[in-house]
Amino acid sequence: MRRIVREFALAVIAALALAASPAAAQAPDPARGPLHVDITQGHLDPMPIAIPDFIGADARAGEIGRDIAAVIRADLERSALFRSIDPAAFIERIGDINVPPRFADWSVVNAQALVVGQTTMLPDGRVRVEFRLWDVFRQEAVLGLQFATTQDNWRRIAHRVADQIYRQITGEAGYFDSRIVFVSESGPRTRRVKRLMIMDQDGANPFYLTGADYQVLTPRFSPSTQMIAYMSFETGRPRVYLFNLETNRREVLGDFPGMTFAPRFSPDGHSVVLTLDMNGNSEIFSMDLRTRARVRLTNHPSIDTSPSYAPDGRQIVFTSDRAGSQQLYVMGADGSGPRRISFGQGNYSTPVWSPRGDLIAFTRQQGGRFAIGVMRPDGSGERILSESYLDEGPTWSPNGRVIMFFREARPGAGPRVWSVDLTGRNLRQMPTPTDASDPAWSPLLP
Amino acid sequence: MRKIALAATVAALLVAGCASQRAAETAPAPATDTTAPQDQAGPVPGSVEDFRVSVGDRIFFALDQSSLSTEARQILDRQAAWLRRYPNVRVLLAGNCDERGTREYNLALGARRAAAARDYLVSLGIAAARVETVSYGKERPLDPRSTEEAWAVNRNAHTQIVSGAVS
Repeated sequence: MRRIVREFALAVIAALALAASPAAAQAPDPARGPLHVDITQGHLDPMPIAIPDFIGADARAGEIGRDIAAVIRADLERSALFRSIDPAAFIERIGDINVPPRFADWSVVNAQALVVGQTTMLPDGRVRVEFRLWDVFRQEAVLGLQFATTQDNWRRIAHRVADQIYRQITGEAGYFDSRIVFVSESGPRTRRVKRLMIMDQDGANPFYLTGADYQVLTPRFSPSTQMIAYMSFETGRPRVYLFNLETNRREVLGDFPGMTFAPRFSPDGHSVVLTLDMNGNSEIFSMDLRTRARVRLTNHPSIDTSPSYAPDGRQIVFTSDRAGSQQLYVMGADGSGPRRISFGQGNYSTPVWSPRGDLIAFTRQQGGRFAIGVMRPDGSGERILSESYLDEGPTWSPNGRVIMFFREARPGAGPRVWSVDLTGRNLRQMPTPTDASDPAWSPLLP
Repeated sequence: MRKIALAATVAALLVAGCASQRAAETAPAPATDTTAPQDQAGPVPGSVEDFRVSVGDRIFFALDQSSLSTEARQILDRQAAWLRRYPNVRVLLAGNCDERGTREYNLALGARRAAAARDYLVSLGIAAARVETVSYGKERPLDPRSTEEAWAVNRNAHTQIVSGAVS
């Protein structure tokens, strides 16, 4: 990990030198602005981008180069901000990424951006991946980076390249080098098997974390991405557990006198906020992970649950039925000053604060339908992004631009994970090996 | 093959559900003085089957509610009487919800239903230590269908004997 960061720093220097070098003999088009996609409008006019297979000096390097280019294309295409041009249309065949491309060949296939890359096998068995991002109209390189990594890590490098391209062109951080943990479901509804499963953000590398002999629910990533808090029926007494992805060990969180559920980490990762049932009364507590000290944050005979911190750690949004129906409330992180923020028709639950801080995503139940929506933290600006027989449990992409949730499209259908972006127009089903619910999106991997 | 097996399961569940409900409506006072041969007279008194069939092991709730209906209280009255008669029995009271709610809220609602049933049993003199509670939220439906009828059945508190029954 440290090595990647160091290579990264070197690469940025290389990029600057490259950008300063004369680009091409053809006259650039000075009337056009720099490469840019407006993240809120991009879907209306996705940027055409050409990403030829990364070139390699030998068969193995070429194979990795083809695979990496395919993952980058898929990542950017899925964002709906880009349109990946079919490589079959390409005219120029890239032979050396250090030679400027023939821009006319790329503008004729309507490419506004061009990514060329090269993979090189290193003597120690690792692979070096370099790429350049070209602005075809202005005929200049706008980004050039290189990474070195073990061969089996090539997918992460591809996601990192996609994140860098996304950042360069949208001006915002990407979300491709990240993972999803979710509940894998199988078996009949009356005896449903529910296991934790984790996979890359694009559905690659899925594997189970827990066994088939007990049910688990509602996993959530720690900010470090190394821990998962979840609820488990493992001992028969439902409790919040912590799963450590480095050691593969799991432990019950705290010694609570009743059922604990609905866990979420604080933004600094030092504590977990959760719900404790005390003989039918659900209250929200926070627990310091180092001292194990717990603090009660709500005190009301109604159901209070589903707490989620604001990214600055100063406020918590949660669900309560204290007004007679399920609604969203915001309180101080110490439990002070709870105030209702949802006032629309229906029941509101499972609020999740965006990592950008600007929005809260929620599930709304109204008229026999379940919807995923967002509102500002003061309750204004409510918008519904998706709706079906059951859409439930939103989770945010690391950059706060995309939401995943699970959907039972019609009565009796098994749940599947879907994603939708903040425009509501880019709705997609995620590839999961089984039925899947309760997705949780990790932060960007370190 | 799988379809047939599933259908059989559903049928068995429905029969079981109907049986316990009918028993709940019409069951006479449990007969402890029966001398009839057990293979003809139904469940062994004090057995898990006796509790399920003669007393009724499940109470049902209205949509989004955890308050006890008159019928639910009657079943719990019989459960309390039975538990007094068999003082070694310990039970697990599980609260369940229909699928038309979100997961975490339903865990809380199931806990509220289980607690309402337990509190009532305790008010009738059953020691709190004999009645543990758990919530399964919407995770363990009795009826797998997505219909109003199934949801009504799935909004329940189930009293399950953990130990101490006659076998």
